[in-house]
Amino acid sequence: MEVEATDREIAKVQEERRKHEAELAKVTSLSFDRDLYGASNRFEGYERSIALNDEDDETQDAAEREVAKKLASYTAPKSIMNEIPRGEVADDGVGFKKPSRIIDREDDYRRQRLNRIISPERNDAFAMGDATPDERVRTYADVMKEEKLRRDREETLKAIAKKKEEEAERRSHEESLVPTKAQQASVKAPPAPAPAATAAPAAGTKRRNRWDQSKDEEEPKKPKTSSEWDGPDATPGPSRWDATPTPGRASLDATPMAASRRNRWDETPTPGRASDADATPGAGSTPGATPAGMTWDATPKLAGMATPTPKKQRSRWDETPATMGSATPLPGATPSMFTPGVTPIGGVELATPTPGQIALRGPMTPEQYNMLRWEKDIEERNRPLMDEELEAMFPMEGYKILEPPASYVPIRTPARKLLATPTPMGGTPLYAIPEEDRTQQYDVPKEAAGGLPFLKPEDYQYFGALLSEKEEEEMTAEESKERKIMKLLLKVKNGTPPQRKTSLRQLTDKAREFGAGPLFNQILPLLMSPTLEDQERHLLVKVIDRVLYKLDELVRPFVHKILVVIEPLLIDEDYYARVEGREIISNLSKAAGLATMIAAMRPDIDNIDEYVRNTTARAFSVVASALGIPALLPFLKAVCQSKKSWQARHTGIKIVQQIAILMGCAVLPHLKSLVEIIEHGLNDENQKVRTITALSLAALAEAAAPYGIESFDSVLKPLWKGIRSHRGKVLAAFLKAIGFIIPLMDAMYASYYTKEVMVILIREFQSPDEEMKKIVLKVVKQCVSTEGVEANYIRQEILPEFFRNFWVRRMALDRRNYRQLVDTTVEIAVKVGVADIVGRVVEDLKDESEPYRRMVMETIEKVVANLGASDIDARLEELLIDGILYAFQEQTSDDANVMLNGFGTVVNALGQRVKPYLPQICGTIKWRLNNKSAKVRQQAADLISRIAVVMKQCHEEQLMGHLGVVLYEYLGEEYPEVLGSILGALKAIVNVIGMTKMTPPIKDLLPRLTPILKNRHEKVQENCIDLVGRIADRGAEFVPAREWMRICFELLEMLKAHKKGIRRATVNTFGYIAKAIGPQDVLATLLNNLKVQERQNRVCTTVAIAIVAETCSPFTVLPALMNEYRVPELNVQNGVLKSLSFLFEYIGEMGKDYIYAVTPLLEDALMDRDLVHRQTAASAVKHMALGVAGLGCEDALIHLLNFLWPNIFETSPHVINAVMEAIEGMRVALGPTILLNYCLQGLFHPARKVREVYWKIYNSLYIGAQDGLVAAYPVLEDEGENIYSRPELKMFI
Amino acid sequence: MQASDRFNINSQLEHLQAKYVGTGHADVNRFEWAVNIQRDSYASYIGHAPLLSFFAVAENESIGRVRYTFMQKMLLPCGKPPDRDQED
Repeated sequence: MEVEATDREIAKVQEERRKHEAELAKVTSLSFDRDLYGASNRFEGYERSIALNDEDDETQDAAEREVAKKLASYTAPKSIMNEIPRGEVADDGVGFKKPSRIIDREDDYRRQRLNRIISPERNDAFAMGDATPDERVRTYADVMKEEKLRRDREETLKAIAKKKEEEAERRSHEESLVPTKAQQASVKAPPAPAPAATAAPAAGTKRRNRWDQSKDEEEPKKPKTSSEWDGPDATPGPSRWDATPTPGRASLDATPMAASRRNRWDETPTPGRASDADATPGAGSTPGATPAGMTWDATPKLAGMATPTPKKQRSRWDETPATMGSATPLPGATPSMFTPGVTPIGGVELATPTPGQIALRGPMTPEQYNMLRWEKDIEERNRPLMDEELEAMFPMEGYKILEPPASYVPIRTPARKLLATPTPMGGTPLYAIPEEDRTQQYDVPKEAAGGLPFLKPEDYQYFGALLSEKEEEEMTAEESKERKIMKLLLKVKNGTPPQRKTSLRQLTDKAREFGAGPLFNQILPLLMSPTLEDQERHLLVKVIDRVLYKLDELVRPFVHKILVVIEPLLIDEDYYARVEGREIISNLSKAAGLATMIAAMRPDIDNIDEYVRNTTARAFSVVASALGIPALLPFLKAVCQSKKSWQARHTGIKIVQQIAILMGCAVLPHLKSLVEIIEHGLNDENQKVRTITALSLAALAEAAAPYGIESFDSVLKPLWKGIRSHRGKVLAAFLKAIGFIIPLMDAMYASYYTKEVMVILIREFQSPDEEMKKIVLKVVKQCVSTEGVEANYIRQEILPEFFRNFWVRRMALDRRNYRQLVDTTVEIAVKVGVADIVGRVVEDLKDESEPYRRMVMETIEKVVANLGASDIDARLEELLIDGILYAFQEQTSDDANVMLNGFGTVVNALGQRVKPYLPQICGTIKWRLNNKSAKVRQQAADLISRIAVVMKQCHEEQLMGHLGVVLYEYLGEEYPEVLGSILGALKAIVNVIGMTKMTPPIKDLLPRLTPILKNRHEKVQENCIDLVGRIADRGAEFVPAREWMRICFELLEMLKAHKKGIRRATVNTFGYIAKAIGPQDVLATLLNNLKVQERQNRVCTTVAIAIVAETCSPFTVLPALMNEYRVPELNVQNGVLKSLSFLFEYIGEMGKDYIYAVTPLLEDALMDRDLVHRQTAASAVKHMALGVAGLGCEDALIHLLNFLWPNIFETSPHVINAVMEAIEGMRVALGPTILLNYCLQGLFHPARKVREVYWKIYNSLYIGAQDGLVAAYPVLEDEGENIYSRPELKMFI
Repeated sequence: MQASDRFNINSQLEHLQAKYVGTGHADVNRFEWAVNIQRDSYASYIGHAPLLSFFAVAENESIGRVRYTFMQKMLLPCGKPPDRDQED
């Protein structure tokens, strides 16, 4: 009754809407152009479907499952399934990322890697023996001394700054009576900057526009940027310098660094440095180094992010220019120091540089080059159009060439002409560019000599030397070696894969010959290049890896250098980069040995830079995993107890943390010592050390779980004491450690300690700190899940506070909080039961915040899915269904299908208890199926497919039939997503109520489905083919054979679907149909189809033929098929052979009855002139041989082998592959002995070409049947003292 | 193309040979092949218990002894390699 009432209502609404739409259509139908926008739907070609879950399969009854199992066997071979030929629309290039520069995806923290300096090589104490190291070589002591100096300096600086601040504060306090003066004092920037700051941008704009402004360029020698320096009083603040644009460098690169730059009083520009000299013309004009000028000294050297080696870090005037390797130290050769806009050779800069020029000039940072290239590109596009071009563009007629207005005067300023980009301004009297320059390709660099690969402009800096043509004889041995390495590296970096391979190999083979120094001096700077791309880095790292392996102990002096370059990989966001970094460091430590590694990294452990310490700690953990934890323990112990600096202790403890993270449960044997090493850190005076200690303990406990609690005994007390005394970050870390330790404990202790910590946790429930919240939630989860904690305790102590503090709307807004809260609640539910938790949150299903409702729903879903619904009493059940219905109807957006899944899960869990609510649910569904929003309709249909099984359990078949009819009416749906869901829902209903009871009857349903098969949307295709297959399988008799034939044609198309699931379903369906209506008709169509031209279509057809043969026995198909071979047409014959090949693959050992029948055909094919004939026949022979192995068909097979064998000399890769595979098949079927006898005739043939082929066959024979050959080897005669015979085989008892 | 092609085949061969010592190539001589045959044979004798006991009975030795001798013989199954220049 009720149902009918709703129906009528719905019908009414539908009617109204249809009317409305019809009216709308009048207005809108013409509004867009089908030619332009395309008539098909816009989702075409996209994969937008998610596989429907197969839960209905589990609920089939036994008989159905039996059928399904049998039918599942009708399937094409994997090779076909995987690689049915696709159309041209195949997803080409989808899987390939565009090459991307590493620096583009790095954050500021990671970019600090570029600040590091590739330190000069160090002394190798092992190589020295007892000799005292040379003065010039840096020893460990030197490095440590430097490091200490740096730290001291840093501390002094800090002290100075602090003092100054105090003073300023005092002064401001004193002078607070006179407000204006006080203001001056507190704002440190002097008044001078204001006018200068405006000057700088002005200079910048002028520079940018230099191509257009001829006037300025006529007096170009006046360096604008130096203006600030002329004012002796000016003590420029950093902001001014940021604003000064240096051409060729994006100024924004510089800004973030400038902020973090420290004051370095010692970094007075030294004349030895090129950039300093450039940037500060006339050192005399710089104001004296008054300490008041806070930033004057650091700024000019802000080389920005782009420069590989900012030299502000260490003031090492004696440092070797490591970045350049051993290249000749030209002034300005160090790549970082070249800023072209400011340099005196500005004359060169103004013209567009040609590659030759660049090569000439050599040093130029890649950024600068890119900028120039970009500029040039723009110019090129914006050049004026010539008459010829205009004529080519416009039709000859209908246009008129107008006279230029009288007032127009073309620019004839010679200066401008000279300085501008040489764009062709036809007719300019002064400067005409020859015609051929028009096509000159500036971007194509000069062809490198000697088959070198393409040189990217960024590479000139490193590989420029290769372009200078210098005779081999003129070079010293060193130079030529260097050149050779450079060449090989360039080939590895930019070459084609074969080039790359050979070069890599040469580098590896000659590594020791080249020597570590020359190699690393060239490789490492390349890796520091700011324009490096992922792929290039990968290749270079690979080079290092290979070279390391060969160099072994020779790398020792270079360990630190390598580490500087490789360590950043350890914190890369790309997983594979991290793995690669680990591998290199691991190999490095194996090559260099522990002592060298420690000596190299020790100075970095208390580096003042956090970044350096962080990466060093990670590198150390890799060393530990490579050389074993025990080897590193004494060192770690010493570092963790370092009295000198807290940084050392911090890093030491961090190493332990990283070891735990990296090695996982492998820390267990050393757990006790590791804990002992770091335990004192819990009471350290430095807060950071305490925090990292707690975090390390957490990592250790996590790695050791569920063992090793005894190792943590000593830290339990300080941890639990610590949570009472600490606050904030430290407390969070301590709680985290506790959270990971508690699960290791015995039940009794766990319960005790949980109670101890719970007080604090409950207090921290209210903490506003997000991080703390997450940790608290996690710890609660961990505590609750341990055995010793009882449900009652949780219920009374934790739950009230927990729900009060955490189950609030705000928690649903942050993704991570949301996840953690749901997880924790589910974990609590495992302890306290479903009813408690669901009872508490069920009311919130009607909350007004949608994200919150969604969180509630997800929790309920997970809880119910885990624990079932038996706990839920009648009242709660009512509330629950009510709430869910409300939440389901109120949802506006649900991309993750939380509501849908929740609904499905709860209904399925409740099972028959849902019966009273079903009419209401179905009413809702029907309403929503009629909703205007496509998403809503889709969800309604999806919901049907989820609850169909339960409806059957509740014996609501009538209701389902009704729903079936409703769905049937909606088959005209235009949104493919929705249509797919509707088909899925129909399938679910058909599955549960069966073919006979289905309404609408199958004979009505199927004809409606046939046109839908044409739909190109994947979700539609998949659901449709599933449904059709289901019907063909179980209800084929309800549909006339003609309809099935029509479907067969549609199915042929679907065999080329992109999605594997669709192809599989299609193949299955073919089998069902052929079985249902008999093979003759289907086969006739298919054989006809072989004659079509389109290759894909033919391949699909051959698959289909083979499937039919399998379903309906081969003898129904073979005669017709073999008869078809007589058609003298290549395509048809190949199709037949291919079908035979598939056929024998499917039917397997059934093939033994047919092998003699097809042998003459195969004989013919194997002797055919056409390669493809032989190839396909060979693959048929292979499948045949594999199918009948051991079934006594050797005679036929040997016969075929004799036809096959002459093909072994084929060179076409496809053919030879097929032949070799066939021979392998023969080996399986005939045994290796016979094949060996075929082989022996050619193994020592005088012609190498012959031998090569025979050995190839021998090798595969050998690999396949090594043992079987022993008995078959030929008898060899002894020769002199060499015994070749095998006397054992002659023994006889 | 030619060079890289050959390089490919060679690298594959090298890989193959690293994995399966007994595989050969076009330049294998009689001695090398025979050594592989002998070693494979001994390995096979040792691997098949019935075969091993057959040899033990035939030689009137313990099975362990026979296994040991076979294993020893695998070291230089055909004696020392003949001189290179003789071969070439």
